[in-house]
Amino acid sequence: MSLNSLAFKVIPKGKLARREALWFYIFISPWIIGFLVFTLYPIIASAYFSLTIYDIVRPPRWTGAGNYIELIQDKLFWQSLKVTFYYTFLAVPLTTVAALSLAQLLNQRVPFLGVFRTIYYLPSIVTGVAVALLWQWILNPEFGLVNYLLYAVFGIRGPGWFFDKAWAIPSYVLMSLWGLGAPLIIYLAALQNVPTELYEAAELDGAGPWKRFRHITIPMISPVILFNVIVGIIGSFQVFTQIYVITNGRGGPNYASLVYVLYLFQNAFRNFRMGYASAQAWILFWVIFGLTILALRVSRGHVYYESPGDNI
Amino acid sequence: MAEQTLVRPARIVEAIPFWQRRSVRRAATTIFATTVATIGAVVIMIPLLWMISTSLKTKFTALQLPPQWIPRPAHWENYPDALTFLPFHLFFRNTIMYATLTAFGETLSCSLVAYGFARLRAPGKNVLFLIVLGTLMLPYQVTMIPQYVLFKFLGWIDTWKPLIVPTFFGSAYLIFLLRQFYMSIHQDIVDAARIDGCSYFDIWWRIFLPLSRPALTAVALLSFMYHWNDYLGPLIYLSTTEKLPVSVGLANFTAAYGGTPWHWLMAASVTAVAPLVVIFFFMQRYFIQGIVITGVKG
Repeated sequence: MSLNSLAFKVIPKGKLARREALWFYIFISPWIIGFLVFTLYPIIASAYFSLTIYDIVRPPRWTGAGNYIELIQDKLFWQSLKVTFYYTFLAVPLTTVAALSLAQLLNQRVPFLGVFRTIYYLPSIVTGVAVALLWQWILNPEFGLVNYLLYAVFGIRGPGWFFDKAWAIPSYVLMSLWGLGAPLIIYLAALQNVPTELYEAAELDGAGPWKRFRHITIPMISPVILFNVIVGIIGSFQVFTQIYVITNGRGGPNYASLVYVLYLFQNAFRNFRMGYASAQAWILFWVIFGLTILALRVSRGHVYYESPGDNI
Repeated sequence: MAEQTLVRPARIVEAIPFWQRRSVRRAATTIFATTVATIGAVVIMIPLLWMISTSLKTKFTALQLPPQWIPRPAHWENYPDALTFLPFHLFFRNTIMYATLTAFGETLSCSLVAYGFARLRAPGKNVLFLIVLGTLMLPYQVTMIPQYVLFKFLGWIDTWKPLIVPTFFGSAYLIFLLRQFYMSIHQDIVDAARIDGCSYFDIWWRIFLPLSRPALTAVALLSFMYHWNDYLGPLIYLSTTEKLPVSVGLANFTAAYGGTPWHWLMAASVTAVAPLVVIFFFMQRYFIQGIVITGVKG
């Protein structure tokens, strides 16, 4: 069938079609208005601000590539980029492996599956400031539960966690691992969707548990893994609340936890350098965009889609 | 015949050593998996139990090592003490108002928009939907600064308007989630309604809304939860103490106290998360469905 005849079939012509199209635009009008006012206009304005010196009080002054050139020479900018990459490349793989392993474990006819699922998901409900305070308390070097248990059980003197330059980012990663319930639930649902005939056929052919996992499970749920990895990367690059609360907005000790968005926030709303912060925001966009494209590229040929036309 | 086929496999099973039998291996796997899952569940729960335990101690017993897991006596007065130290009744009122209004706004607007994208045909639809998906990748930080400038120009700084009004214009993620659900509703019902003379608005109102109640509940819950925990938005726009939400009030506790009263902080934290936990226990089916729809069918 040619593309033309297909198009003719899908889109009816005439009065009825025009009516339907009109209703379509009426229904999506909230999104169109919202997109124009709260997304498109800000995108254009932000691109313009990034080329100016702007403190909100006085009108923006043109500086061309000035902000970007200053950023390249800004040590704290590079530090914030480094810290964020470190956090992301620690948190995303660890979360993926841990969540996937636990999901696979729970998929082994474990009794009371609903109870386990509830418990594992619970920390994902409790996010934000309360979790930051809780972990600040648990990882307190002197009176925290973790260091006490490390000493009482293993005789190890625990590190300074959030107060230690080398341990600050791993501490936040540990905290983020506590919230693996959300990806876990998605993986579990994906695992339950894998047709059992495939496993039975492989077992008859003599494939052991690891081979079945590697050659059936992983390919069958690969689109879900890719989705979670991309969501994880985007989320990790925007980590803010926990670090802002625990370090009082400073990203200490000695900038060891100065993540990207925290430095951006400091420039925008503490120093009121809106142009400079806008340039940072655009670089963040391109970094996230680049990493997403990279993830899609790397995964190409490794991700299995059941119906080729259904990839959106 | 039937007897023979039943007997034969039984003989084969006898021939295979006990530990290699399929049923035995399966049972062993289940026992192993259950054990590890139980240990994991205990590890996951310890921080939450520790939060409750600390909230019932005194300022000094909170710092005692080895710790008391079940504080005796339990200092329930920590709760009123902590919650009156800062005006938490106002913070809670603000957060409830914020989370309820935004959940309502997002569910309403997203259900309209998602219906359009899922079921109506129009030129330009695919391009517009790609834009919706594209905005999913756009970090909030890009639009954050011009939005702030816009709201400052409107005189909306230190009011809740900049945080509530935009939610009535949809959110890309929730539009996507609801669209996935609406696509699965059978066309036959829609056709029947059309023949009966229903307008597109009627179809949305009388068929899609009632049929998608679980998905709408999931969307409302996800939105409610997100805004209940939201910190960055209120941090940027609000400054007057009486207007703050629980999240910012909680974060300001230490500075206001001039030290870290862990027993009070944990009491306030337990109170801040308790409503969400209670809602989750009653509605977890919807939460889980909402997350799974986007993750698996995405």
